[in-house]
Amino acid sequence: MSATIDALLPGWQDPVHDAQATFRTVLQAMAAPGTVLRLPVAVIAPNPLHPATTAICLALADVETPVWLGAVDAVPAVAAYLRFHCGCPLTTDAGAATFAVLTDVDGDLALERFGHGTMEYPDRSATLLVQVDCLDTDSGYMLTGPGIEHAAPLRVGGLGVQFIEQWRRNVLSFPLGVDLIFCCGQSIMALPRTTRIAMSAGIQENVSCT
Amino acid sequence: MTNDTSTVSTDPLRSQRERACWMSLLAKAPAPLLLRVASDFGALPSYLWLRQPEIGLAMVRGRSGGTGEQFNLGEMSVTRCALRLSDGVMGVAYVAGRDRRHAELAALFDAMLQSDAAERVQQLVLQPIAAALAEQRAHSAAAAQETRVEFMTMVRGEAA
Repeated sequence: MSATIDALLPGWQDPVHDAQATFRTVLQAMAAPGTVLRLPVAVIAPNPLHPATTAICLALADVETPVWLGAVDAVPAVAAYLRFHCGCPLTTDAGAATFAVLTDVDGDLALERFGHGTMEYPDRSATLLVQVDCLDTDSGYMLTGPGIEHAAPLRVGGLGVQFIEQWRRNVLSFPLGVDLIFCCGQSIMALPRTTRIAMSAGIQENVSCT
Repeated sequence: MTNDTSTVSTDPLRSQRERACWMSLLAKAPAPLLLRVASDFGALPSYLWLRQPEIGLAMVRGRSGGTGEQFNLGEMSVTRCALRLSDGVMGVAYVAGRDRRHAELAALFDAMLQSDAAERVQQLVLQPIAAALAEQRAHSAAAAQETRVEFMTMVRGEAA
């Protein structure tokens, strides 16, 4: 117990304004998928979480939102931090989670294990916070869909081919599905379930189809 | 609160009870008295805020007669904060009202009571507070005693 308390880090410097600024940035990111935005708040993040991941947890997670930590679950400092500052229950059942933190992008993200909502309540789905190493690379994929005027590049590095296929199925299950927020350092980029991913070369064909 | 001045015991349940006791004393302490004992205490250790003092509402619930339905009695304002001393000990306070400084001192003393300074805090902070609270209780009990009325009922004749 004392080990986790030793490692416990402070939360917001200015709880009201920091949380509001983070919420506004997440809203903006969701409204304009593919846009990389920088969170205007400074948070000391418990390793291995990035400041952006931590800030979103602080702003969105609370006692009503079970959080799934996956590989990070084994890090007592992270669990203690979220329990103390967010008061959120931590779950090991991916299907029950409202928010999930994923750090192993190289591996299988297995999107289908998370809650996709129901036809009556499609909003009861999971929002996944995916930590990545960079948000400024050219992945060779383009994004189209609501909130994107023509097409926007997917600037996430290290995503596997299986992710593209899983995402295609996620988009097809609309209005059900999960929403993603990629987090890297202080920056975030959202990928809501309405956004389609295609190879850069394939965009022209996709646009003409719709 | 007993006058046991030993530091936190190793038994987790017992030390939890002791901590609950002193946290309650620190929270109930009259704010002017807490400020005075804090300034008399001398140098206070430096600390890091884990959660700066924030004011919120807590719903107080009641249950009539101990067996009735639970009901919402009303909301009260509560100030809470958490801090960490440089040696890693964490102090927490939940204090009724909107006094940030009260919550800060209560959390600081809570942390110090878990550290090497425990004995001094017991003597210089907790004991004056416990004495003041006891005096306050005795005072209000005496005031109530002055207006005490004994009700008597006459036995009715029918039973005879």
